[in-house]
Amino acid sequence: MNWATILIDILSWVLILSGSAFVVIGAVGTLRFPDFWSRLHAASVSESAGMILLVAGMCLQSGLTLITVKLIIIGGFIFITGPTSTHAVSNAALTSGEKPDSDEGAAK
Amino acid sequence: MIIGFGIISAMISVYVVRRMDNAADADRLEVNLGVFATIAYWAWLMVEIAKANWAVTKLILSPSMPINRHMFRIPYTQKTDLGQAIFANSITLTPGTISVEVEEGEFLIHAVGYSEDDLDALADMDRRVTAIEKDSI
Repeated sequence: MNWATILIDILSWVLILSGSAFVVIGAVGTLRFPDFWSRLHAASVSESAGMILLVAGMCLQSGLTLITVKLIIIGGFIFITGPTSTHAVSNAALTSGEKPDSDEGAAK
Repeated sequence: MIIGFGIISAMISVYVVRRMDNAADADRLEVNLGVFATIAYWAWLMVEIAKANWAVTKLILSPSMPINRHMFRIPYTQKTDLGQAIFANSITLTPGTISVEVEEGEFLIHAVGYSEDDLDALADMDRRVTAIEKDSI
């Protein structure tokens, strides 16, 4: 093991661990936030930061192989479908009459 | 044998796609985006996602949870459906803001950590998305 592989290994584990941390933070936020709308925001933390960091870390682990190509394709797929599904959920909630609370009293 | 199956199925799908091109009155997807501008926009969007993630993470982990929920409207200036979809997805992808509803000329946005700066930041994103649309429409 020369220094380059060790460096890549350390970097990939840093990425994977911080990505896992963001997923946990998103879960904590989903539990702590008070209402439906703010919980959607917490879920999008694990969906964007957690997903990107985890995929990048796993790409570094697998190196220049076919697995990396597949991982990048998966990442791009989630990158596009994630916000679309979040929008679908929030739009359905609005249509079915869920009214968001606003803390911004005078501005509305 | 397996390669033969691969070749046959590839030929069948090419044949079907060509037939569909001729048959339907071609409701084709036209991508009018500048290539380099799109790549530059993605890089910028990554930085924005990182910043917004940090902000929402601080909101989640701080004990007093100083959230400021608000619903507001933001106008969009993209001409094509694709540009509008990119803008709406970018808004939702950035943690802290979600595009809820598409209306005539504007999006309805829900934000969890609302401040007056958000309006300027989203207007800036709107300009950038419009800039990567090509004019040849």
